[in-house]
Amino acid sequence: MTTARDPGLQPERTRLAWRRTLLALTVVALLTVRLAVTRGPGEAGLAALAVLGWSTTITLCWRRATGSGRPRTGGPLLALVGLAAVGFALLGALLALRGL
Amino acid sequence: MGNRIITIVWQLVRNWFDPRELRSVGNTPDYRFSLANERTFLAWLRTGLALIAGGLAAAQFLPTLPLVHLREAIAVALLLLGGAVAVRAVDHWARTERAIRLGEELPASRFPAVLALTVGFGALSLVVAVLAGAISG
Repeated sequence: MTTARDPGLQPERTRLAWRRTLLALTVVALLTVRLAVTRGPGEAGLAALAVLGWSTTITLCWRRATGSGRPRTGGPLLALVGLAAVGFALLGALLALRGL
Repeated sequence: MGNRIITIVWQLVRNWFDPRELRSVGNTPDYRFSLANERTFLAWLRTGLALIAGGLAAAQFLPTLPLVHLREAIAVALLLLGGAVAVRAVDHWARTERAIRLGEELPASRFPAVLALTVGFGALSLVVAVLAGAISG
């Protein structure tokens, strides 16, 4: 068992860190959708893109946030959530500038 | 020159998304070190997401400001800063993982200092802008 050599609850702490991160990503997604919707029906496509990006990321990262058993670390998922964050930043910038 | 830079960047991005090469160097460390590195990455990513959320909020909740396009400038600056923090978080995670595997010193970074100065300077200039607007208005 891992409990004997892991008094620091490292897998649990990492799981909670993933949950916080996905929660933050959800807030960002909601703000992006709101920004797109308030800019009128012309931005419905970008709103749909935001929802698609959010749901894909949440689905792929779900096991990191909820899974039990042997902890998994690293891998392409980290680059994926980073990419999702950059995507929302670019989407937000596009929406902010298109409103000018 | 341009081609070389593109090749280097492509190599870097490929290693982020396909970390098999990362796993092939050095020795697999105690998994707790990898978990700690991953949590540090996630904390940095949340920092980036907070900046992005700030930019999105500025774009839709700030009233139109007296300076032309100041609102959009604030929003885009926060969004780009947040995106840069996220990219750097992935890169720093990969370099730290590599250093742990090879038993090397962890990568030193000026980024936290630069980020702190940038945010501090941005906040200060907005304070100046608000005060100037209050005095002249």
